[in-house]
Amino acid sequence: MKNRAWLFLLPALAFMSISAVIPLVTVVNYSQNYIFAGSMPFFVGVENFVEVLQDSQFIDAVIKQFVFTFLVLIIEIPLGIIIALAMPQKGKWVPLNLVLLGIPLLIPYNVVGIIWRLFTQADIGVVPNAFKLFGYMYNVTLNSNDAFFTILTVDVWHWTPLIILLSYAGLQAIPSAYYKAAAIDGASKWNTFKYVTLPKLRTVLTIGILLRFMDSFKIYSEPLLLTGGGPGTATTFLSLFVSRKAESYELGYASAASLIYFFIVLVLSYIFFQFISRVGRGVHHA
Amino acid sequence: MHRQNSRIGATILLIVYFLLLIFPVYWMVNTSLKYDEEILSSMTFFPREVTFKNYAEIFGSSLWMNSFKNSLIYVFINVAITIVVSVPAAYAFSRWNFRGDKHLFFWLITNRMAPAVIFMIPFTQLYNNLGIFDTHIGVAIAHLLFNIPLAIWILEGFMSGIPKEIDETAFVDGYSFTRFFFKIFLPLVKQGIGVTAFLCFTFSWVELILAKTLTITNAKPVVVTLTVGIGAEGVKWGLLAAAGVLTIVPGAIVVYFVRNYLAKGFALGRV
Repeated sequence: MKNRAWLFLLPALAFMSISAVIPLVTVVNYSQNYIFAGSMPFFVGVENFVEVLQDSQFIDAVIKQFVFTFLVLIIEIPLGIIIALAMPQKGKWVPLNLVLLGIPLLIPYNVVGIIWRLFTQADIGVVPNAFKLFGYMYNVTLNSNDAFFTILTVDVWHWTPLIILLSYAGLQAIPSAYYKAAAIDGASKWNTFKYVTLPKLRTVLTIGILLRFMDSFKIYSEPLLLTGGGPGTATTFLSLFVSRKAESYELGYASAASLIYFFIVLVLSYIFFQFISRVGRGVHHA
Repeated sequence: MHRQNSRIGATILLIVYFLLLIFPVYWMVNTSLKYDEEILSSMTFFPREVTFKNYAEIFGSSLWMNSFKNSLIYVFINVAITIVVSVPAAYAFSRWNFRGDKHLFFWLITNRMAPAVIFMIPFTQLYNNLGIFDTHIGVAIAHLLFNIPLAIWILEGFMSGIPKEIDETAFVDGYSFTRFFFKIFLPLVKQGIGVTAFLCFTFSWVELILAKTLTITNAKPVVVTLTVGIGAEGVKWGLLAAAGVLTIVPGAIVVYFVRNYLAKGFALGRV
């Protein structure tokens, strides 16, 4: 039986070793070398890592990334739950609701970029014209705050439907008997939500939060297409920062930065996972 | 009365939300049907004069048509390999306990978490050495990096939902393993395979970083062609909008085919 399990896993593991293990080993190797285009690499040990960690631009990109991901989560998760609760549980409108929610998820990242470039273009875009009505001169290429919050809005627009769909699937799985029991006990609306609904949503929300955390932490296409990382470095998030370094052939630096980046994602995902499952369980037993 | 009010409130909230959700998409369709002069001169909510010239330009351009073809080819190769290798792997995880299975599973998932930029540098070097740089199979293999873990993760969920007794009964009835697997087991999880194929399709179709890094001309996909020319003076907005609309079409077609499976896939709460 044991041998058969490995036999079944072999094809998948073979492909994963080509596309994951070999590249990762290469990055680790590069990260310990000084490499610049045209010259022979030589071993520098942890020097690249020290350089990355002392680089104020890298630290700046990390902080910006954390702020962005934090805002993404505290906006998208509650908004997603609220919209899912507002949706009809059954009836003729359900399919329409689900189809509308599916549309943004089907749009390729760079088409999302194009849509929002059209939307935010000075003079001809809807957003600048709308802000003009309120006397605010919105300009995504000149104003750092405008650029940052535009990228945030794009992410909320694009990905809240995923949280809604997951929450909605979770809500569907709660038997109506639970709500009747809560009503008989005279539970308030808030208490019903807190003690009946939320614990039941735990599994789907764990997946939703993890996916949104991982994906917003590696946001790349939206700033690349919408703002090019600017103005200045206002929207140069981590992926964009690292890819710029790689494109300018600072391979040792870029590899070390990549590994630090991966390490942050891994540790945070693990903590998140532990935290969410523990908190959820606590509520469940209450 | 109170209940009625909250229902009305919920409906208003939903209508406002869905209008905001759909408006940007409408704007792209609207732009794709306009002449460039109109797009650049003013903001109009409907085309003054509807034109299909942007679409005609795409269908008449070998650059655009090749890009669409390239994307479709590597996405299909990717989805085919992903499903073929992930189905047995997911079966192993869902049915058997073996040394290190939990760790292996977690390791697989971590590859889904890894930012694609990390793999930019090594892939370029590795692919040049293997001679698969700028080929369809090259991009397809690169995308396996995040699609195999995702596929195993989702399929394992579906398969664990099928009682082990079904396997045992089949063996008692004298089914060989191969016959059981193809005749009984696979039909039971076909919904799961449909959902998985759909998700893998979209992730490969929309991926930009690796596709951009690993291609120059021969395998250049539509997502990369779309980025070329953006940021330069005189962007052809109408053309880009039309191409954008067209990139949504394949996904919509796939959704149409797996629509019945999709609802159940989401309902299992394991997407």
